[in-house]
Amino acid sequence: MKKLLVYLKDYKKESVLGPLFKLLEASFELIVPLVMAAIIDRGVAFADKPYILKMCLVLVLLAVIGLVCSITAQYFAAKAAVGFSTGLRHALFEHIEKLSFSEMDTVGTSTLITRMTSDVNQVQNGVNLVLRLFLRSPFIVFGAMIMAFTIDVKAALVFVVAIPLLSVVVFGIMLVSIPLYKKVQGALDKVLGITRENLTGARVIRAFNKEEEEIENFNGHNEMLTAAQVYVGKISALMNPVTYVIVNGAIVALVWIGAIRVDNGFITQGEVVALVNYMSQILVELVKLANLIININKSIACGNRIQAVLELEPSIRDTGVPISEPSAKTAGGFAVEFSHVGLTYAGAGDESLTDIHFAVKKGETVGIIGGTGSGKSSVVNLIPRFYEATAGSVLVDGKDVREYSLKELRDKVGVVLQKAVLFKGTIRENLAWGNGSATEQEMAEALRIAQAKEFVEAKEGGLDFEIEQGGKNLSGGQRQRLTIARALVKRPEILILDDSASALDFATDAALRKAIREMEGETTVFIVSQRAASIRHADKIVVLDDGAVVGLGTHEELLAGCEVYQEIYYSQFKKAAGGEQA
Amino acid sequence: MKKIVTKQQKTTIGKVLRYIKKYWMYLGLSIFLAAVTVALTLYIPILTGRAVDLIVAKGLVDFAGILTILKRMAVVILLTAAAQWVMNACNNKITYNVVRDIRKEAFDKIEHLPLSYIDSHSYGEVVSRVIADVDQFADGLLMGFTQFFTGVVTIFGTLIFMLTINVKITVAVVLITPLSLFVASFIAKKTFSMFKLQSETRGEQTGFIEEIIGNQKVVQALSHEKEALEKFDEINGRLQKYSLRAIFFSSITNPATRFINSLVYAVVGIVGAFLAIAGGITVGQLSSLLSYANQYTKPFNEISGVVTELQNALACAARVFELMEEQPETPDDSDAAVLSHAEGKVELSHVNFSYTPEQKLIEDFNLSVKPGQRVAIVGPTGCGKTTLINLLMRFYDVNSGTISVDGIPVRKMTRESLRNNYGMVLQETWLRSGTIRDNITMGKPDATEEEIIAAAKASHAHSFIKRLPEGYDTVIAEDGGNLSQGQKQLLCIARVMLCLPPMLILDEATSSIDTRTEIRIQKAFAKMMQGRTSFIVAHRLSTIQEADIILVMKDGSIVEQGNHETLLAQDGFYATLYNSQFAK
Repeated sequence: MKKLLVYLKDYKKESVLGPLFKLLEASFELIVPLVMAAIIDRGVAFADKPYILKMCLVLVLLAVIGLVCSITAQYFAAKAAVGFSTGLRHALFEHIEKLSFSEMDTVGTSTLITRMTSDVNQVQNGVNLVLRLFLRSPFIVFGAMIMAFTIDVKAALVFVVAIPLLSVVVFGIMLVSIPLYKKVQGALDKVLGITRENLTGARVIRAFNKEEEEIENFNGHNEMLTAAQVYVGKISALMNPVTYVIVNGAIVALVWIGAIRVDNGFITQGEVVALVNYMSQILVELVKLANLIININKSIACGNRIQAVLELEPSIRDTGVPISEPSAKTAGGFAVEFSHVGLTYAGAGDESLTDIHFAVKKGETVGIIGGTGSGKSSVVNLIPRFYEATAGSVLVDGKDVREYSLKELRDKVGVVLQKAVLFKGTIRENLAWGNGSATEQEMAEALRIAQAKEFVEAKEGGLDFEIEQGGKNLSGGQRQRLTIARALVKRPEILILDDSASALDFATDAALRKAIREMEGETTVFIVSQRAASIRHADKIVVLDDGAVVGLGTHEELLAGCEVYQEIYYSQFKKAAGGEQA
Repeated sequence: MKKIVTKQQKTTIGKVLRYIKKYWMYLGLSIFLAAVTVALTLYIPILTGRAVDLIVAKGLVDFAGILTILKRMAVVILLTAAAQWVMNACNNKITYNVVRDIRKEAFDKIEHLPLSYIDSHSYGEVVSRVIADVDQFADGLLMGFTQFFTGVVTIFGTLIFMLTINVKITVAVVLITPLSLFVASFIAKKTFSMFKLQSETRGEQTGFIEEIIGNQKVVQALSHEKEALEKFDEINGRLQKYSLRAIFFSSITNPATRFINSLVYAVVGIVGAFLAIAGGITVGQLSSLLSYANQYTKPFNEISGVVTELQNALACAARVFELMEEQPETPDDSDAAVLSHAEGKVELSHVNFSYTPEQKLIEDFNLSVKPGQRVAIVGPTGCGKTTLINLLMRFYDVNSGTISVDGIPVRKMTRESLRNNYGMVLQETWLRSGTIRDNITMGKPDATEEEIIAAAKASHAHSFIKRLPEGYDTVIAEDGGNLSQGQKQLLCIARVMLCLPPMLILDEATSSIDTRTEIRIQKAFAKMMQGRTSFIVAHRLSTIQEADIILVMKDGSIVEQGNHETLLAQDGFYATLYNSQFAK
């Protein structure tokens, strides 16, 4: 949490002035009972009407000054808090964008989104409250005590006893109830978990006729939640009555001691009234302070979670120096080369990829096949350096990917991921994500190759058709084809299709592959697929099993000599029919 | 606030009251205690005032009188505290019990909602109604009880007490009150539009964050980080502007009402002091009045806050009630047959079905499956293969026509007995949080250890279960978080294997499983299907070719029906599908 305070540094002035004005306001508030005491002791006692009027004007004046001070304080506090959260959100967003795939996998996007939204809001709230109230309440509590001392030292001793007693009660109850609230939260999470589970598993639960048992199970946890809530409610309900007893008990004591002091001629009647007023002020402020502390606690917890995100080190850093020289054709003219590559994911014990070693010439089409979990996606994710190889090296145009700047490397590579993601905006805007300066013609060409031309033209507005968030107004197949077109608009040197035609029917898939093959220029293409049909015509097929290359060659070579490939192929093509249908 | 209570809110309040009725004793006690608390609280300043009046000046102090008053004060203070505590406890009890009842009913509802409702609403939305909305409602209800009620009582109580002391001062105070209300509502009106602007911008920003962070991989693949940050900063800047305005203006409310309070205080001071000089009231009464002036205005400030909170709570309650008033599944007929152990003859005749009237899906569909036959359902992804499963299991009812099992229409038998006769393994595996054992025995809770292990072995799940840290007692997280997709599917198979009903609905895996596990699943499937009527959503050619009947689906409807050879000979969609898979 402390480290987050740097985002307040642009608002130093506001952070100091806010509390300062608040203290000014509080000081004026502390004078009010004294003025009232003066009215009683001088104005009423000597029937001095002009004096009473004068003093009441003083009261109004104090109120006006208080109003001005506190509005000024609120303004500075709001400005500092809002500025703080704006800076924090910017830093968070910028930081999260730098995180690489492996951090995103471990943290989870929904967590990151919560950090950026509700957690930041909570912290903003906390900063605002602290700037406004954190100094004010203790100031009034101790201020009232000091004012009491200026009236009469002996009578003020009541304050010396009452204030620590109040603090002990208020903070004691908080200390007891905060962990209990955590328990309630835990019970609530459980109830939430069961509800969600019953929604996602509605089919299975009904298929097994488990409804009644689920209801019973839910009721059990629901009762536990209620019991916890009632219990903690009982304890925190003690707060008000107990503080009430202490403060009013102190008032009783004040009146008694005041009576003795007045009888002995040390203080006046009006001053006793003032003392009682100060005690009442303390009660109000203590309740505020307790609420404030609960809020601050929440904010600190949120702040710590945000801090943890900011402390996540991106595992992939831009180490390369961007070199503008044209990529030199190096030995053999290999576009992509895997040299004894191994990959162990963060937190995983075993290697996900072991000793991957192969090279691809410029313009070749490479098929990568294997069961899920065999590491197909892992292999291609290493090319644009989404993950860092933990052994060996990956070379693009003869240069280690770690020597490129991330932007330069990723501009060379066009990746189409398994999940077809489009963004809110027109089709044109989505395509421009790949290449901001693409012409109308280039877009049309990309759409044609991606087999998306027809349906885009059929849409209202064509390229200007508005895509909803998440591409909800397009079918799965249409989304996939648009993501392919988006990668093509980039005119990448290396194109990676990571199982990205799964929603296409076989005919469209075949037409797409044909169009890609006929594309101009020397594009190196990687096709990752489960379907043997999608990759059988590739120049080179890499067969993966359990993270290792078990076959490398053309379709015919592999069918003759690679057991895993045969297994996959014949499971999809009947052995006898295979040849004929080809 | 044009109108504090709308018609819809009224009906919601009515429904809430019905839940509260059960706890009317607590409610009555709470209301009584609130009145007691307020009265006693207001009595204290009077006593203090009287005591102060007995302290006149040096040597003029009536200690005996003071002592009696102070003793009485002590009793009143203790009584107040006790009443307050019991009242709070009552409010807690009412609130949390009402909320528990609502939550319980809502969950009960979820279990009996038709699947069409669950399918068409996002899980998050339903969960947030049952959890977040109910919670928010509880907060509002509690606050309403504790603050709204005591607030109102305090205002009237204070007025009465003030009247008993002095009418003139009371009138002066009452005259100033509207000023405080006016200022508060003026600020509230002004800030409302700013808060709206803030929450709209915040919503826009959250949407943007979800889109970009949620799809970080794509953003990085297209090296779009810089542009995204620029757009983010633009929204962030706007949010900063609107938030500052909203927060600042709303935070003026407190100082402003406090200012009005100070004015009231000053007025009471001046009028009171003049009256005191004229001998109308004593100094002690003036001191009591001053403390009332403070107490009187406070509830006004609180109530405006509580009203918004209450309105919010009512809106939440309305959302929960909306869920609870959804039409449940049509209950089984009272004379519904119980299908004990089906032979497995399934017949669909003239079945029409669609999810929405606008989009017709299945029209006049006929199918006759003999016991033990295998039916393969084939078609491109997203062609609606689950529709058929929905109808067979009676997750959805047909619009017209009949589906019958062993000659009995499914509408005429209990859902429980129908579903007991089907074993279902879906591709979207679902496991509940609990142990592996809990999950396997879901269909047969009284299974013996031997039976469990036998089922796990038959479904090739035993070997991986054995290797887990606690074996069959390993606790799996919600939705099987710590297992691989293939392992989850094997567990789902073991679950069905244990009770092995006479009919099966199986969903072949398309992608997420490695070859070896896939072969295991194939073997397990084959074992289960022996002698059982089976419906298989098929992706593998071998499964399709071995099926007795192939149903070809496209865009949600069944376009062709037959076996491999006859369908190929028809040269229709199946033939295209089949040929394109092997085309160059």
